[in-house]
Amino acid sequence: MFAYIVRRALQSVLVMASVAFVAFTLFQYMGDPINQMVAQDATLAERENLRRVLGLDRPFYVQFLVFLKNLVTGNFGFSFRVGTPVAQIIAERLPATLELVLVAAMFALFVGVPAGVYTGLHRHGALSRFMLTISLIGVSLPTFLIGILLILIFAVVLGWLPSFGRGQVVQLGFWSTGFLTTSGLKALILPSITLGLFQTTLIMRLVRSEMLEVLRADYIKFARARGLTNRAVNFGHALKNTLVPVITIAGLQIGGLIAFAIITETVFQWPGMGFLFITAIQFVDIPVMSSYLVLVALFFVIINLIVDLLYFAVDPRLRIDRSVSTH
Amino acid sequence: MAAALLEVEHLRIEFPTRRGTLVAVDDVSFQIAEGEVLGVVGESGAGKSLTGNAIIGLLEPPGRIAAGAIRLSGRRIDDLPYEEMRKIRGKQIGAVFQDPLTSLNPLYSVGGQLVETIQTHTDMSPTQARTRAVELLAEVGIPGAERRIDHYPHQFSGGMRQRVVIALAICVNPRLIIADEPTTALDVSIQAQIIALLKRLCRDHGTAIMLITHDMGVIAETADRVAVMYAGRIAEIGPVRSVIKQAKHPYSHGLMGSIPKISDSKDRLEQIEGSMPRLTEIPPGCAFNPRCPQVFARCRVERPDLMDAGVTRAACWLYAHG
Amino acid sequence: MSVWRSLQDLVRRFLGSDVFYSFRRSPTVVIAFALTLLFMVAAALAPWIVPHNTYEVASLSLNDAFLPPAWVSGGKLTYLLGTDDQGRDVFSTIVLGARVSLIVGFASVFLALTLGVALGLVAGYVGGITDSIIMRVADVKLSFPAILIVLLIDGVARGLLPRDLHDKAAVYVIVLAIGLSTWIQYARTVRGLTLVEKNKEYVQAARVIGLHPILIMFRHVLPNVMGPVLVIGTLGLGVAVLTESTLSFLGVGVPPTEPSLGTLIRIGNNFLFSGEWWMAIFPGIFLVILILSVNLLGDWLRDALNPKLR
Repeated sequence: MFAYIVRRALQSVLVMASVAFVAFTLFQYMGDPINQMVAQDATLAERENLRRVLGLDRPFYVQFLVFLKNLVTGNFGFSFRVGTPVAQIIAERLPATLELVLVAAMFALFVGVPAGVYTGLHRHGALSRFMLTISLIGVSLPTFLIGILLILIFAVVLGWLPSFGRGQVVQLGFWSTGFLTTSGLKALILPSITLGLFQTTLIMRLVRSEMLEVLRADYIKFARARGLTNRAVNFGHALKNTLVPVITIAGLQIGGLIAFAIITETVFQWPGMGFLFITAIQFVDIPVMSSYLVLVALFFVIINLIVDLLYFAVDPRLRIDRSVSTH
Repeated sequence: MAAALLEVEHLRIEFPTRRGTLVAVDDVSFQIAEGEVLGVVGESGAGKSLTGNAIIGLLEPPGRIAAGAIRLSGRRIDDLPYEEMRKIRGKQIGAVFQDPLTSLNPLYSVGGQLVETIQTHTDMSPTQARTRAVELLAEVGIPGAERRIDHYPHQFSGGMRQRVVIALAICVNPRLIIADEPTTALDVSIQAQIIALLKRLCRDHGTAIMLITHDMGVIAETADRVAVMYAGRIAEIGPVRSVIKQAKHPYSHGLMGSIPKISDSKDRLEQIEGSMPRLTEIPPGCAFNPRCPQVFARCRVERPDLMDAGVTRAACWLYAHG
Repeated sequence: MSVWRSLQDLVRRFLGSDVFYSFRRSPTVVIAFALTLLFMVAAALAPWIVPHNTYEVASLSLNDAFLPPAWVSGGKLTYLLGTDDQGRDVFSTIVLGARVSLIVGFASVFLALTLGVALGLVAGYVGGITDSIIMRVADVKLSFPAILIVLLIDGVARGLLPRDLHDKAAVYVIVLAIGLSTWIQYARTVRGLTLVEKNKEYVQAARVIGLHPILIMFRHVLPNVMGPVLVIGTLGLGVAVLTESTLSFLGVGVPPTEPSLGTLIRIGNNFLFSGEWWMAIFPGIFLVILILSVNLLGDWLRDALNPKLR
């Protein structure tokens, strides 16, 4: 078990290193950021000077090593566009994205899993069919359109909730939180529903199909043959076995939320990292883009590790060797 | 014969499909006495397992009991509400399925599954239930039961797992066990052990067994009586020795002919030409008539019911008048 | 004559098949199929059937800008669903936009399918190191959401190409980006199925008589794994259209001169608060109907081809 975790951790480091490399090389060959930064009439000397200051004249591998060293020490360089340290920009925007993702993930799990279990157990029920139809519409609605519709209904027409921004935030050290004010909480509602709806429907459909699969298993039939109550069979035996595949996919999906936040943040002008990333792409702001990429990869790796640990908690086949078996 | 524990009368199981209703089991009647072992043999698709599932009330939809009755100690159980039937399952009728590898939930320890079953049907405290679980594991021949109780299914071999499954089936002393191909998925060397175990438990506790299998060897060794099924109906039923030695129905006769015997020195085993018809293509008259070596006109038009044929009862027109 | 007869036989067999039966049984699926077909025909014929060719800048009149739909007061009957900020007929832009969306959708599915099926077949059939390499690449990519990969590829292209060239190449870039980020699903599925098929007797037999592995893979294994591929492809079309519209909405997709449905919604979104709701809502409705129809078809196909689930 310990060896397994060490192996996974090593894999994670490898993934991080390759993402860092990809981030670095991709942007190494992407256009010339100097053009974006200097005035149209800048002299060649001015350009060369700037190039030297930014370290863009050094050899490839030196730049990569510097890049890696900087990453590890938390120095992400300066934004080409606004000239401030990337670490600072990201630190300002990280809390906004993480709070949004957290609320959206809670929403997706606490609605998606029970809905999936229900529709799995009551395959032919009217409510199940209704929920499945809704979920199909949910999968077919692009995130940005959901956002627009929610804004139109709850902000423009009804005027209940704000259509953009985080509302009032409270500064706790470096962390700015919207959880502590009414306007901050209200501002979270629409964006987190927008962000979470797609994963909610996905998790629901996944749980449902896994549930159907597990309910066909021999051990479920045998559990019924032993006279166990419906409750014990459905919520003990079936649900627990459903969890194994669901944890993997749900983990991936929640990691996906960080990426999908790009869209939601654009629609709601949410001052988070995704909004930052889109702006960076449009202006070819390399340090911001590569830092974002590395950070997202870090989140993925962390989530994957958590998923692995959950696996251990759920599945004894991973926890215990099969060695003791005797005929 | 002792008083009937289980009575199945004119059982008919149907599967509605879009191309019409398939009759998978038709007009099946038999009884099992207290402590008796009834073997049920037949090819795949003959309706053996369906009959077993119907008795424990676990027919998988869209399959359903269309006619007939099932009685346990005189009480009708085929039309009970789910919750009533649930209380009978495990408590009065236990079940053992074919594949021990998939019958146990991989995420629960074997002790957990035993305790859970015991507590469902009795008022035992967790400690009592656990003590009982250890006893059961020891009784079904699992060495080191004390220690093994906390192990998970994947830590047991196939044969050991089937022992656990049997322990689960008998844990609250049911009076009947439906054993559906309990040895088919096991190594030949393990098969004999499992059969011996079933026999011993049955004798010790006076439990009746409905032993479903396609293995005549297992039947010959274990059963008191045997029912031969063909295309959803019982072809012949009677004491096991009579059916094996002097089968009356041409189908069971053929079936017995296909058992290898050490005493025989024939080069080839006898076999029945052709194969069992699919449910959609059952011929009129006797379902066996296209393959029957002794077929005559009546067999092709009229379907025979079970009738006395010496010691056994056979569904065959050969015995129509005597 | 015999060709005709075998064709007749094929049609008869299809009409009697379980798949066709489950199709006929479900009105939702029939409607979804009809709508999808309608969208495709309209998209294919768009330049010839739209009431106003909105690509012709000369024909636009700013006097007609911001007109509401015909049934709202102030609307003109010639502009059924109103006009946008440049006086373009919204209905025409929608039909032309659906054309762009569907072209991108089909092209990227084609790319992803070809790539994924080929790699999956090879990985599954050849096995060994080839398999490991292909599947490791797939694993790493799978751990990143497609939208991020698409944005990345688009960002790279944006950096590499000069601005004017990028607008021209935008559609190709998006097709490439979506194709490259979605082939994994096909590859994984086909690989899994190939591993099963590989051990079946017909493949063993083909191998024994000395057929070339490529011939066995594509002539014999491929037809047997196409069912699930068809399902993924159909659902993939919905995903591709959705991804394209998302990119265009974010402003990194197709240029506004030949807008897709996503671009239209992006433009319309700027006017949502000032009351010109029709510019965003109508393209949105059409987009949802298109994706929903395709998804319904895909969902049904999956269930129909997988009798276990019925």
